[in-house]
Amino acid sequence: MTPHLIITTDNLTRRFGETVAVDGLTLAIEAGEVFGILGHNGAGKTTTVRLLNGVLGVDAGSARVFGLDPTREGVAVRRRTGVLTETPALDEKLTAHENLHIYAQFYDVPAAEIAPRARQLLRDFELDERAAEPVGGYSKGMKQRLALARTLIHQPELIFLDEPTGGLDPVATRRVHDLIRRLSHDGQHTVVLCTHNLAEAQKLCSRVAVMEQGRAVALGTPAELARSLWKGVRLEIELEAATAATALDALKRHAQARQVTWDAPADEPTGRASLWVSEPAALPDLLAALVHAGGRVYRFAPQEPTLEDVYFALHEEVVP
Amino acid sequence: MNWRAIQALARRDLLVVLRSKGILIPMIVLPVIMMVLLPGGIALFAPAIADAPGADADFEMMLQAMPPEQQARYAAMSLDQVMVELLVLHFFAPMFLIIPLMVASTIAANSFAGEKERKTLEALIYTPTTDTELLVGKLLTAWIPALAVTLVSFVLYGVVVNAAAWPTMGRVFFPNLMWMVLVIWVAPPAAGLGLSAMILVSAKTNSFQEAYQIGSVVVLPVVLLLLGQVSGVMYLSIGVLVIVGLVFWLIDAAILWYSARIFHRDEMIARL
Repeated sequence: MTPHLIITTDNLTRRFGETVAVDGLTLAIEAGEVFGILGHNGAGKTTTVRLLNGVLGVDAGSARVFGLDPTREGVAVRRRTGVLTETPALDEKLTAHENLHIYAQFYDVPAAEIAPRARQLLRDFELDERAAEPVGGYSKGMKQRLALARTLIHQPELIFLDEPTGGLDPVATRRVHDLIRRLSHDGQHTVVLCTHNLAEAQKLCSRVAVMEQGRAVALGTPAELARSLWKGVRLEIELEAATAATALDALKRHAQARQVTWDAPADEPTGRASLWVSEPAALPDLLAALVHAGGRVYRFAPQEPTLEDVYFALHEEVVP
Repeated sequence: MNWRAIQALARRDLLVVLRSKGILIPMIVLPVIMMVLLPGGIALFAPAIADAPGADADFEMMLQAMPPEQQARYAAMSLDQVMVELLVLHFFAPMFLIIPLMVASTIAANSFAGEKERKTLEALIYTPTTDTELLVGKLLTAWIPALAVTLVSFVLYGVVVNAAAWPTMGRVFFPNLMWMVLVIWVAPPAAGLGLSAMILVSAKTNSFQEAYQIGSVVVLPVVLLLLGQVSGVMYLSIGVLVIVGLVFWLIDAAILWYSARIFHRDEMIARL
């Protein structure tokens, strides 16, 4: 079945003077997915969100959101999107309830639905007890939760979350992660998560785009990206230190092993070897070679590359 | 035009003003001093001012700038009554314009530059309001309260001066036609001048205080009117006020036309 694409961009470009903030971005985001846009500060993540919402004009290329051109039909696009900005951007003199109520009116939520929706969101985000207080007195976590509630008040189909857990404590972070999972599981929402928190992206995103200097240098699932960067498997082996020398010789001689390193703390009985194995099929043979060489193996663990490995490998390619 | 969104924006910005003591207090104190305490005191003590040494010469200068029929009218009145009318009806007229100017520019500075300072602009920009709705919402946020404060000040001024000058005048002498023209024709564009100047200033500044300080130069036309009146160079007649009002309306229209051209999301967000 052809996936239903919510966002497509083709060579999307935006410049600020001499700086190219988004440089020829081409991507497609499917309905219902949690799509991560990863990158350092200044990589072009926020500018991409602005372009996709039609709050910034496009210099070259094109974008379609819900099949609409955000530059010309920004109002129609923004009616169906919700954006959590990097800073909560709340009106701190107003109460939580007032913040939600006023933003609901901006999105033309029917008057009769505003109060029940606001109450529900305030309950969901555990802010109901202090909903009548000015937001200026809230903690950072509470403000972030309220900003999220505000993002959802008009029940958007497409949600952009720019660093949603920045500065939050672990409990608040988990709550936000749970919410993103809930939103993605109901099939009604598509989430675009802009983050430089790679662990967060690994946990939540089905696919990611890695941005560097305005360009998307990689696009796909974390596993696809890893496969595109590394043909082999990274392997970690814990060996008895006393028998390690002959075992390491065997590893280094093996045709499928490369970049073998050894780390053994002086007062520990075991040490750790790390290496790359060119073909996953060679793993059993490698283990047999170790044992045959007299090595006593405590742990033999092929490592799936993390998104962090992928990200830094890409970063080194782009910024030598 | 989504009037519901415009109304929500105006409500939001006004709630922020009403809950910001630093903005609200000057907006109450200044009209009270200028339109209640000062004129009340002057109307009460006008006869004493008329008796002050040198007062005759000063008022002679002002009278000479007036049309002959006005001079003839004053010739039939006592010096104390002339003094009250000169002060209450003429001297305070330009000062009165400071109120719509100041209130509008204060609210506009908070609404435009203050929004940037509070970092709330980005969330607002992502809403489905159009650029025109945002501009209209923010203009009305400043303009309507400025007119309301002006109207309340006008009523208070009338009550205070009529009461304070009753022993001298023996009748309700305020407002006259000139003041009606001032309130209906000149004060609204004066408020517009304050807020449209602030839109221009706010485009280049990032804080309420900075915008407010730079934007304060907008009171200069009013100060010139006041000086012209006091020095006898100009007599603030109905005809002069009609022209002043027309000039203000034209300046407002020009600035608003220009503001509408520069007030765009991508311009605003690029400066965040």
